[in-house]
Amino acid sequence: MSFGACPIPIADYPVVTLAHGGGGRLTRQLIERMFRAAFDNEWLAEQHDGAILEAGEGRPVLTTDSFVVSPVVFPGGDIGKLAVCGTVNDLAMCGAVPRYLTCALVLEEGLPMELLWRVVSSMGATAKAAGVQIVTGDTKVVARGQADQVFVNTAGVGFVAAGREVRPGMVQDGDVLLVNGDVGRHGIAVLASREGIEFETSIESDCAPLAATVQALQAAGVELHGLRDLTRGGLGTACVELVGERQTYRLDEAAIPVRGDVRGACELLGFDPLYVANEGRFLAIVPERDAARALEVLAEHRPQPDAEPARIGVVDRSAPGRVVLRSVVGGERPLDLLSGEQLPRIC
Amino acid sequence: MKFLSEYRDPQRVESLVRRIHEVTTRPWTLMEVCGGQTHSIVRYGLDRMLPAQIELVHGPGCPVCVTPLEMLDAAHRIAARPEVIFATFGDMLRVPGSETDLYGVKARGGDVRIVYSPTDAVELARKHPDRQVVFFAVGFETTAPANAMAVKVAHDAGLGNFSLLVSHVLVPPAIEAVCSAPHNRVQGFLAAGHVCTVMGYVEEYPGLATRFGVPIVVTGFEPVDVLHGVLLCVQQLESGRCEVENQYSRMVRPAGNPVAIATLREVFDVVDRAWRGIGVIPGSGFALCAEFAAYDALRRFEVAHRPVAEPAECIAGLVLQGVKKPGECPAFGTRCTPEKPLGAPMVSSEGACAAYHAYRREPAEAGS
Repeated sequence: MSFGACPIPIADYPVVTLAHGGGGRLTRQLIERMFRAAFDNEWLAEQHDGAILEAGEGRPVLTTDSFVVSPVVFPGGDIGKLAVCGTVNDLAMCGAVPRYLTCALVLEEGLPMELLWRVVSSMGATAKAAGVQIVTGDTKVVARGQADQVFVNTAGVGFVAAGREVRPGMVQDGDVLLVNGDVGRHGIAVLASREGIEFETSIESDCAPLAATVQALQAAGVELHGLRDLTRGGLGTACVELVGERQTYRLDEAAIPVRGDVRGACELLGFDPLYVANEGRFLAIVPERDAARALEVLAEHRPQPDAEPARIGVVDRSAPGRVVLRSVVGGERPLDLLSGEQLPRIC
Repeated sequence: MKFLSEYRDPQRVESLVRRIHEVTTRPWTLMEVCGGQTHSIVRYGLDRMLPAQIELVHGPGCPVCVTPLEMLDAAHRIAARPEVIFATFGDMLRVPGSETDLYGVKARGGDVRIVYSPTDAVELARKHPDRQVVFFAVGFETTAPANAMAVKVAHDAGLGNFSLLVSHVLVPPAIEAVCSAPHNRVQGFLAAGHVCTVMGYVEEYPGLATRFGVPIVVTGFEPVDVLHGVLLCVQQLESGRCEVENQYSRMVRPAGNPVAIATLREVFDVVDRAWRGIGVIPGSGFALCAEFAAYDALRRFEVAHRPVAEPAECIAGLVLQGVKKPGECPAFGTRCTPEKPLGAPMVSSEGACAAYHAYRREPAEAGS
């Protein structure tokens, strides 16, 4: 992605200073030249304290997320793209059509203005691709050392039409578990770039907006009983969080797609790819009769050209409240939440 | 993945399991020495595929688990010093000392950094000449050569601000300790493959096998490796043999890695070392030799030795010696969990208690 030249004259302010958060002339310059240029919409043009929105079809859905990934720029994305995708995807997982985002930035004094421009323009480009508008925001600057370059919070509003809501608890016995692609790329990409670990192939984050895919599933008449994006904690955590008290998710380890280089990196670093973060992958739980059609839709809406959707398991009642993985050698083990964290600050 | 998937091949696993069933006529108790093997066994459910007569007990081969509390406390005190950058492998961060863990030290301002190789720590020393960089050298013979190299590299580069906090332990003395223990019931060993990759298996293991009448099979870590190791061990037991055998021949040469061994001899002396939960085992550890003693963090920072008591309820020592299983501990999964561990085997991913907990072995089942 190309971001064009930074609209703040570098000669004047090559880095963000405390004055950029002071609410005065420099704050205004940031808003006018950078945010309005990147996000460009009627709500920002109004320069009001808030954004007065149009209601969409159905009930409003609200979500929020903060992003603190380190490094700010990683293979396949940056914190700006992540901040838009993360919130858009949370709305999509409720069955909603995302419409509006907020953007609150906490900047560390000394942040290169070029880097801020990259983050902000990446947010603008990703929002455009995802069909959402960034309608209001806030900028604070903290002294050097009090934040790590840039933290982003985005809140999002979407609308879910009657009958399209997806909530935990709708999953039924006999349903099928699908993923929209191989797991583990994002976590490994971020770790590798942070630690300077080089692999033979470059692993890029899978970061991508997923709302269009969910809408395509709905449009194809697929009954969505469960949706969950596989972010922090990965596929394993998502399943454990989602499984109902009376139900069992039975996963087939051999069917869960993991790219060879990601698997290799996991072996090397001692990670389980099932617990590595993704930012463009989700679990869709659908009735058996819709599974084939859903897989076709997922294959048409791949977040990356080489992301292969797969059927990875079924729902039954054999071990209530549990997620059971059939290992590649045929043994079974229950999956649980991780006790610590595998990787620090991956989103 | 190449060189890996074939060792997780369901057909090979099935055929090995069938052969183990065929050759087993009596009950046998085997110990897998290494925590990596324990992890593999529980992760893939290998023990559940074995005949009921074969019991696998878990050995002391988790370096994190056997690092004594005193050493952890010393690490935490050194890491808290303002001039120190404390470099460590990630799995040491959550291991509780008597007062805190490295996460706690970091949260209170200690400069604790995760590295993936001791040479990364040497790099830190090069980059930060005004700071003291201390690397926590924990592990068996497997990790020792790289740590020895790090000291040599720092020495050659004149990096006076680098030091090692050495807590290396050695496997053969631990096997001897297990065999000599009064409650010992281990009849055969799966020795730790990667340790033997470095040290080989011709020097110390044959003596142990003969002296204690136990087969010792050098074994790898993948499902096919572990089951093959079990098969070889059971075959020996059933035919009354007690030999040293090498299952992991794709990695392990009889004499090990001579270059690595030479480096170890150059940098380290063999010393008595305390094992957490077990006590002092003679000749069971490495310490920096006189020539490199200046790189010993314990000397450099003059940390006083403060003996501390283990939580009374924790049976880690018995678990590490294979006398008890994690589920036999009354605190397992209740007062001792990975989030709030009483003992180290619940912390490290290679610890037997953590492996049982992660794969949700119920206490009753875990104790069986």
